[in-house]
Amino acid sequence: MNCDEVIRELSNFIDGELDAATKHEIESHFVECHECKLVVDQTKMTIKVFCDCEPVELPGDLRNRLHEGLRRKLREATQ
Amino acid sequence: MPSPNILLSTPNPHKLPSTVAREDEHLLVAAAKKGDTAAFEELVSRYERKIFRLTMNITGNREDAEDAMQDAFLKSYAHLKNFQGDSRFYTWLVRIAANEALMRLRKRRPNQVSLDEPIKGEEEDLMPREIQDWGPGPDQRFAQTEMREILSSVIEQIEPEYRMVFVLRDIEELSTEDTASALGLSVPAVKSRLLRARLKLRQKLDRYFKQGGAN
Repeated sequence: MNCDEVIRELSNFIDGELDAATKHEIESHFVECHECKLVVDQTKMTIKVFCDCEPVELPGDLRNRLHEGLRRKLREATQ
Repeated sequence: MPSPNILLSTPNPHKLPSTVAREDEHLLVAAAKKGDTAAFEELVSRYERKIFRLTMNITGNREDAEDAMQDAFLKSYAHLKNFQGDSRFYTWLVRIAANEALMRLRKRRPNQVSLDEPIKGEEEDLMPREIQDWGPGPDQRFAQTEMREILSSVIEQIEPEYRMVFVLRDIEELSTEDTASALGLSVPAVKSRLLRARLKLRQKLDRYFKQGGAN
């Protein structure tokens, strides 16, 4: 497997969607190709930092607007 | 059925007059289906932060994100009777919110957002160039607020066609099939765009994370 083929399978590799033989081929490629290993590790890190970033509390004014707006519209809908 | 007006006037939306236990989402959904608006408001309180993050990530615009969030919750209430419970309520809500956000993005950029057409350059060379080591724990070099700003900035820089797939698949953790269904794409198209989105975001983060980078 060359570098281009490894990168094309990168998502499937990260998501664990490859058969054992292809996974082994990619892992063997990493032994010889530090750059592909870096790309895979950095892509995993990229996904991780986005997933680890917890959503912030809504600002009070936004939260109030959302809930008041919902209450008003739901009240209108049920009347 | 409880009177909606009485329940809506509950002073603290976190305090339910309902006897429904907080951890039992399916009971809240069932109560909301019967017209218990307090139960529905509890669902809103649980997911408002995540839904706002989703609509912000897709639209990149505060006003659009707020409108999309509010309309997503309203539509989910209006169509709650159609929710069959064969997926999580949150997954169903994410699909509605993603559509609302996408509609606003299309209004703002009418000629730039098309999910159902092949993207020019999808067959381009994917191999990144000038790959540099990020060193250990590159994200730990930034304060939480700074990290949020970086992520918000880089996700806005990639094309909406890629951004939508990354947001639904990797941040909201929808399955590939659910992402495809939500966006009206084929599974291979989702996979192809997810790969490119991940590589593009890796490249954008490189300037911050490489050793001696923009810190």
